[in-house]
Amino acid sequence: MEKKESEYWRWKEYAWKAPELNWEDFEIITAGVDIGSVSSQAVIMGDGELYAYANMRTGSDSPESARNAMDWALKDTGMSLDKIRYVVGTGYGRVNVPFANKAITEIACHARGANWMYGPSVRTVLDMGGQDCKAIRCDERGKVTAFLMNDKCAAGTGRGMEVFADLLGVHIQDIGELSFDIDEEPPEVSSTCVVFAKAEASQLLREGWPKNKVIAAYCAAMAHRVFTLIERLGMEKEFAITGGIAKNVGVVKRIERELKIEALKTEKDTQIAGAVGGALFGKTLVEKGKG
Amino acid sequence: MKANYGYKDGSGEYFITIDTDKCNCCEECVKVCPAGVLEMVANDFDIEADDMPAVTEKERWKIKYTCAPCKPVDKESTPPCMEACKEDAIEHSW
Repeated sequence: MEKKESEYWRWKEYAWKAPELNWEDFEIITAGVDIGSVSSQAVIMGDGELYAYANMRTGSDSPESARNAMDWALKDTGMSLDKIRYVVGTGYGRVNVPFANKAITEIACHARGANWMYGPSVRTVLDMGGQDCKAIRCDERGKVTAFLMNDKCAAGTGRGMEVFADLLGVHIQDIGELSFDIDEEPPEVSSTCVVFAKAEASQLLREGWPKNKVIAAYCAAMAHRVFTLIERLGMEKEFAITGGIAKNVGVVKRIERELKIEALKTEKDTQIAGAVGGALFGKTLVEKGKG
Repeated sequence: MKANYGYKDGSGEYFITIDTDKCNCCEECVKVCPAGVLEMVANDFDIEADDMPAVTEKERWKIKYTCAPCKPVDKESTPPCMEACKEDAIEHSW
């Protein structure tokens, strides 16, 4: 049998370092480590400026994932972990970051990170992660004023998208664009539950729906599910999305359509927002003399 | 800050909302809950603030069932956690 040519769900893991910055020039170096259900990020910031980070999949062992992400982020910097004044752990595995000075909930970190990433005008943040989705309202300093988490199940989240990519044999980064390559917007799939939606998608494919139409229906269902979260929490301008799904234009545009508002855009990696927030909290704590 | 804990499923919306701006951190709600749904946790949103009540992670996705025995049959009475709160900081969405 021929070997399967590709793992369609697999997204790119990578590390980045600010080319023009040198860690020796910084006064306070802090880090945020976001151990999510699907992905992990380690972000190193110097005086509140982004210096280096790594973004990778979470393994089965949280402490090891944290160490791996941090080692990768540090790799090309020439600095060692002990140069970092304060490390904040966040995300699902936040209590399992062995070298963290403090664990802070990812809700607080994502609001702070979105404030840094999209600017102080952000008031409503939707964090679309691997396994759950959170709607957050914050003020001009990125301080949370209200939040709503829906952690009942993984419906309509990053992991669901990965399952779909695999089922349809479409690379995960192409899903967004392909979902618009259709004649007309199909009705939503009725379920966003990963398991049920997958069964429903198989059924639609057997009925002769083209791939792209199935993708469009799933993106629409996912958008509608998070729309109801925002609807409950209340919407205030400006609006931004963080997390992996923010990179999926098929979902983002459909959320914008439902909310009748455009989401702020960024060149930065939306997956690092939580870890950035953690690093910024670390800086605040050091400055307040609590580090 | 309004913290909403809970979920939405096919049968309805089940959220417990705790308004931390109103809450005086007296812990009464935690004490009166017969099912241990609430606990005091560190306030990650405001480092200076005292511990705040929150719905435990274990209960967050099943409060429809856990809170059911406290749900009054008439409209006038309220569940013990809301009754205990002098600041009106707790709300149930259902």
